[in-house]
Amino acid sequence: MDVHKDNAAAAEAANPFEASLAGSRLFPLMSSCISTLQVNMGRVCNQSCRHCHVEAGPGRTEVISRLTLDACLRILKDRRYPIVDITGGAPEMSPHYRWFVQECRRVKCHVKTRTNLTILLEEGYKDLPGFFAANRVEVIASLPYYLENETDRQRGQGVFEASIEALKALNARGYGMEDGLALNLVYNPCGAFLPPSQRSITEDFRRELMKRHGIRFTNLFTITNMPIGRFLKFLKDSGNLNRYMDRLKTSYNPAAAANVMCRQTLSVGWDGSLFDCDFNQMLGLKCDHGAPDHISGFKGPELESRRIVTGVHCYGCTAGAGSSCTGAVAD
Amino acid sequence: MDTYYNPEDLSKFSSISEGAPDLWKKFSEWYGAVFAEGALTEREKSLIALAVAHAVQCPYCIDAYTQACFEKGSNREQMTEAVHVASAIKGGAALIHGVQMRNAAEKIGM
Repeated sequence: MDVHKDNAAAAEAANPFEASLAGSRLFPLMSSCISTLQVNMGRVCNQSCRHCHVEAGPGRTEVISRLTLDACLRILKDRRYPIVDITGGAPEMSPHYRWFVQECRRVKCHVKTRTNLTILLEEGYKDLPGFFAANRVEVIASLPYYLENETDRQRGQGVFEASIEALKALNARGYGMEDGLALNLVYNPCGAFLPPSQRSITEDFRRELMKRHGIRFTNLFTITNMPIGRFLKFLKDSGNLNRYMDRLKTSYNPAAAANVMCRQTLSVGWDGSLFDCDFNQMLGLKCDHGAPDHISGFKGPELESRRIVTGVHCYGCTAGAGSSCTGAVAD
Repeated sequence: MDTYYNPEDLSKFSSISEGAPDLWKKFSEWYGAVFAEGALTEREKSLIALAVAHAVQCPYCIDAYTQACFEKGSNREQMTEAVHVASAIKGGAALIHGVQMRNAAEKIGM
């Protein structure tokens, strides 16, 4: 009897993504450890991007509490997870942001922060490049394209110009040039298509950003747009949903599936809920299958080897070269 | 069928294998090899395909290679220039035949 074949048949009925996993002998998908604690500081943002899976914006009010961040710090210290990845919204807009970064450094964590760049030009945030450098924070900055039209089409009028100014401010602090001051850019497609190869688009960004603006960066991460949040609405409104989902499904890559980020990541929501990834967080799919689903009930060993909650959106992380918060995961 | 061209037919391309599966298999293998990275990059090949798609005015190919060009890292500016290359060759090919017209006119004219 072929157990994997039987598993595939059972999974197909319930969840086509799990059937794909079974076909590549990865069902059920299990986490292998927690190397990154991803903390979502909330949904407040100074931008309202068309692709945003969080549906973040200036009108949102959800913000993480000091109590939840205290719990995160205790976990980081007790379990010695090496990396904390701070995201949002615009995470810098949380009133506890700077304190949390400093405390993470105090417990010897490598800190990554997501930034939309334009926040670094707003009053009250202009000193952040210096703060990042002083705390040796790895900066992961959104820049969907090296051309103004494509970027503004997705992120709003004037965003490209402001982003370039912010990148120059980061370069002036040594980001993208000095050891320990990594400036990583995030490319995501400006439409209903998969990202190009990370290697080839990195060369384009490096050449064009240097030639046009004198900007340097460390690495570029390609991230696939997830069919959730505002991007899902765009897919529906533009009549692209079925075609995009077909594209994701037919591009399923077992090598990418084996390396999906949720296998080494735990995502903490602004209200302390626990998720396998930031995308599940936006869909309200909490950790399950017996693992604790709130930070108040955190149990390290159970969460470190938990079964991942999946859905059809997971095809977004396994299509082609795969996608994660640190870019492609397969060749 | 309301029109001769239906966007949904693009995904049914492989149904043409029915009746001549061996020929389809050969075509598929050859097609895949043509577009693989070689002396030209996959991106360059997709831009050539997009240009040719316009020259032969195949709506399926335009649809497929617009997406392929984006997925290989091309942008709108580059894709538009590729279409202009195709158009220039098409236009030039028409115009160069004007010499034939002038030859014919010369022959029959007084």
